[in-house]
Amino acid sequence: MLLLTCPNCGLSVEETELAPGGQAHLKRFGPESTDEQFEEYMFLRDNAKGVHFERWRHAYGCGKWFFAARDTSSLQVYGTYCAQTTEPPADILALIAKGRSA
Amino acid sequence: MSRRLRTGGRLIDRSKPIEFTFDGRILRGYIGDTLASALLADGQIVMGRSFKYHRPRSVVGSGPEEPNALMQIGEGAHFEPNQRATMQPLYDGLVAHSQNAWPSLAFDVGRINDFGSRFLPAGFYYKTFIHPRAFWKHVFEPVIRRAAGLGAAPTEADGDRYEHQYAFCDTLIVGGGIAGLTAALGSAKTGERVILVEQGATWGGRAVVDGATIDGKTAADWVKNAIEELEKKDNVTMINRCEGSGVYDHGYVLCTENLTGHLAAKTGPRERLWRIRVGRVITATGAIERPLSFAGNDVPGVMLASALRDYVVNHGVSMGERTVVVTNNDDAYRTAKVLIEAGLRVPAIIDTRQAVDSTMVKEIKALGVSVHTGRAIAKVHGNAKVTAVSICLQSGDGTVLQEIRCDAVAMSGGWSPVVHLWSHCGGKLWWDEERAMFRPDPDQPPRGADGKGFVITAGMASGALTTAEVLDDAAEAAGIDAPPCESSPEAPILPVWMMPEGADHALRSKMWLDYQNDVKVSDVRLAAQEGFESVEHAKRYTTLGMATDQGKLSNINGLAILAERLDATIPQVGTTTFRPPYTPTTIGTLAGEARGAIFQPLRRTPIHDWNEAHGAFWEPVGQWRRAYCFPQGSETHAEAVSREVKNTRQSLGMLDASTLGKLIVRGPDAGRLMDMLYTNMMSTLKPGRCRYGLMCDENGFLIDDGVVARIDDQTWLCHTTTGGADRIHGWIEDWLQCEWWDWKVHVVNVTEQFAQIAVVGPNARKVLEKLGGMDVSAEALPFMAWTDGRLGDFAVRVFRISFSGELSYEIAVPASQGLALWTALMEAGAEFGATPYGTEALHIMRAEKGFIMIGDETDGTVIPQDLGLDWAISKKKDDYLGKRGQARSEFQKPDRWKLVGLETLDGSALEDGAYAVGEGVNDNGQAIVQGRVTSTYMSPTLDRGIAMGLVERGPDRMGEVIRFTRIGQSPVEARIVDPVFFDREGEKSNV
Repeated sequence: MLLLTCPNCGLSVEETELAPGGQAHLKRFGPESTDEQFEEYMFLRDNAKGVHFERWRHAYGCGKWFFAARDTSSLQVYGTYCAQTTEPPADILALIAKGRSA
Repeated sequence: MSRRLRTGGRLIDRSKPIEFTFDGRILRGYIGDTLASALLADGQIVMGRSFKYHRPRSVVGSGPEEPNALMQIGEGAHFEPNQRATMQPLYDGLVAHSQNAWPSLAFDVGRINDFGSRFLPAGFYYKTFIHPRAFWKHVFEPVIRRAAGLGAAPTEADGDRYEHQYAFCDTLIVGGGIAGLTAALGSAKTGERVILVEQGATWGGRAVVDGATIDGKTAADWVKNAIEELEKKDNVTMINRCEGSGVYDHGYVLCTENLTGHLAAKTGPRERLWRIRVGRVITATGAIERPLSFAGNDVPGVMLASALRDYVVNHGVSMGERTVVVTNNDDAYRTAKVLIEAGLRVPAIIDTRQAVDSTMVKEIKALGVSVHTGRAIAKVHGNAKVTAVSICLQSGDGTVLQEIRCDAVAMSGGWSPVVHLWSHCGGKLWWDEERAMFRPDPDQPPRGADGKGFVITAGMASGALTTAEVLDDAAEAAGIDAPPCESSPEAPILPVWMMPEGADHALRSKMWLDYQNDVKVSDVRLAAQEGFESVEHAKRYTTLGMATDQGKLSNINGLAILAERLDATIPQVGTTTFRPPYTPTTIGTLAGEARGAIFQPLRRTPIHDWNEAHGAFWEPVGQWRRAYCFPQGSETHAEAVSREVKNTRQSLGMLDASTLGKLIVRGPDAGRLMDMLYTNMMSTLKPGRCRYGLMCDENGFLIDDGVVARIDDQTWLCHTTTGGADRIHGWIEDWLQCEWWDWKVHVVNVTEQFAQIAVVGPNARKVLEKLGGMDVSAEALPFMAWTDGRLGDFAVRVFRISFSGELSYEIAVPASQGLALWTALMEAGAEFGATPYGTEALHIMRAEKGFIMIGDETDGTVIPQDLGLDWAISKKKDDYLGKRGQARSEFQKPDRWKLVGLETLDGSALEDGAYAVGEGVNDNGQAIVQGRVTSTYMSPTLDRGIAMGLVERGPDRMGEVIRFTRIGQSPVEARIVDPVFFDREGEKSNV
């Protein structure tokens, strides 16, 4: 059972307190988008074996969404960060490049 | 004949004899016995029948690996099938039954399968699936169904209690042998929180059975000292009878503690599930001895060498008087030594190795035991008990050199470290050619959130063999110096996977790999020959390792046979996946206290108790309970529902609508958000007014509906479906937090803060006027308006909305006032025959009006346009959630299934979910379908069946008659009609 730190309330919480939300940093495509853009937005996901940026909601806690950078194979967590962003923070990307956890 | 020895047995207390029953016979044993040792002591060698061939089987092991001696323990509500007799402590009055035998253990009709075993080869299930077809239904299926399963299923609900315990520690040590104790002593010194669990009742593991000198003491004394020292430490928790069951992601471990399994007088919970978050796990789980594959290796009396000496040393019980030892390593010589010291005879040791001269071997030879090197067992003689063995050259084809009379065989094919806990979470293994075992690879451990390994193995679980190696390895794991210990070197093992190596098919088909599932060497070879080359495929095809013992004895031997047949190496073939739990765990233990009334939280409305007191028949709706109907006297449910509908339509009904979701959306950008969430234009709704709205997901599919009320300039109140409140709240939060986080708006779920009561029917207004305090006339409060005010003593918010088609007010009050308002309304309505109605009457009335219900008319593939709800979709808005999805070409097709009403020609009600069948069949020979029923009821108002359904081009086919399926009957004809069956103009609600 995964342990992730909610960046909003600072708690290290168990997976059962969280609701998963799939891949992070999707760009929404609305009414004016092409079929290809909409397909990308709705259906095409990375399914990475390795580092994956994913959405979690601290559903049985503060209720806030947050993002995690997690290796889907080793289960190593490189960090969690607030959802109000369009891309992973530079410090987490640097840790991933070095292969180290926060 | 197995028997109790006159002396010996370090675990039994001969001053405390106790009685138990086995298959109805009263037998005797001692405190300290296991069920298996007590049965052997009483001469009961046959303990079960095998799964497939019903061969007589005796106990082969002495621990959790036992595949044969499975028993049914207890009776009635305390009955447990498939319990391992080796792990069942004996207590006074224990009731045990054998299983998988009919009519009796001694004579089993199913044995006929054994004599016909060439007709039941590997994969016979799958082969019977294929041809001939009729055979499957009439011959194979009935036979397989009768044969399937091991123990009987309990007939009563589990009468025992179970509990969960949460714990946290820095180091969890699994296994209380000398390795685990050494690791615990080391970890305890650092002051960290340590938990030490041991599956058995006693500490010390194999070392105290096999004898060793540690730190100048006997193993037993050293263990005693270690326990005393650990018990003094405040930072160490020691739990025996507690198995490490599973290791999960990021250092989560489940342990299963047996609390009453050894007690005659059972009080309190039966088992406790420990849910432990650990910094690290040290698995000191030991190793399990492997059987050898020779013909007749399953005949009762053939036992693992280590188990045979366990019974002698621990319980003073011997399997026989004359025991032949067969081995490929030094360890089995310990069994010979123990037997001779107990005064029993060892007519021969058959050793597959050519020349062995280690200290251990010399010591046994010096006792006068004849050692036959380079030899193997060609065949075990005997049926329900070993009578003799034939020996042959290991390198030959099984030509018999000599026959040796004996009544027991002790076999040892080497040891396999118990790597289960290491492997559960991804720890990798490497094949040690020299020791012939898979060992944990410390460079590839299971990793935690920090990317570092969190499982360490210690002792035999690492692949250590001698006492000195075990202690060194465990001390290193705990970061201390090992206690001094010397072990004399042992001669290396000679891997032997089949005995003799040139055995023919006849011999191979009597060599058992998996005792519990009756898988033989010949079966694995057949699987390889038929192309099941992957170890995971071969496992499933043969069922090797798929029984309740999960292949603890059979897996390594099986994959070695597979490797040999494939001309591959053992590491190339690899192991199957190790999955938790280590041994079967009772579902009750996993459920813990969460059963019956506290299986999950129950949500009650403020009016719940009144409903209960007035005869509500409950229906679960999410975690709520809602009244389905209120049967009076001897009424059936259908009669009650009919009365509730009629009274409501004719005079007055009341519904507890408190479970409806109530979400407040507020802020400067609230209108903008509402326009995105709903397909309708909600930002233009005037304060004081209500509007029915639809919510879709980004695919365009309808996910919820309800009435929205504009409260003030910046505030909207959204009603959701009962089951949708939390889901929709979460959905809105997702968009607010992750997409539009700069919008100035927030959402609050106030579902439980308000009770809501629907007052429905032609006399609804009169009831409200009786309470008085506010103007509820059609002019002051028209249809689809709302207002705040006072009704009698209550501060209320009244909505003029209707889900029934009647004049209807929904009245919201703070939850604490809900019951009082309900009671006041019932009293005021008494003169109009106020009738509480339930969800079924609600459903019928909405269906009579053609109103859709989320979950009936929708199923996650339906867009609003399919339901004729185009009027609720704004054409003016640039965007809303689902707009792009609905624009896809699939949804523009003219042949989509669309909502219509359905009336059977004979007035009957259609079956729920029935399909509309078209003409002809599709490519698979199935009937063409052109629609289905989504809601169907017998309408009390119209006194006939009414239904809604989705039908291909339905709205264009008004008046057409189509056929709907019925289960077990011919199809029924129904006419496509408008889905509004009652008061099409809406005159009743708008008064």
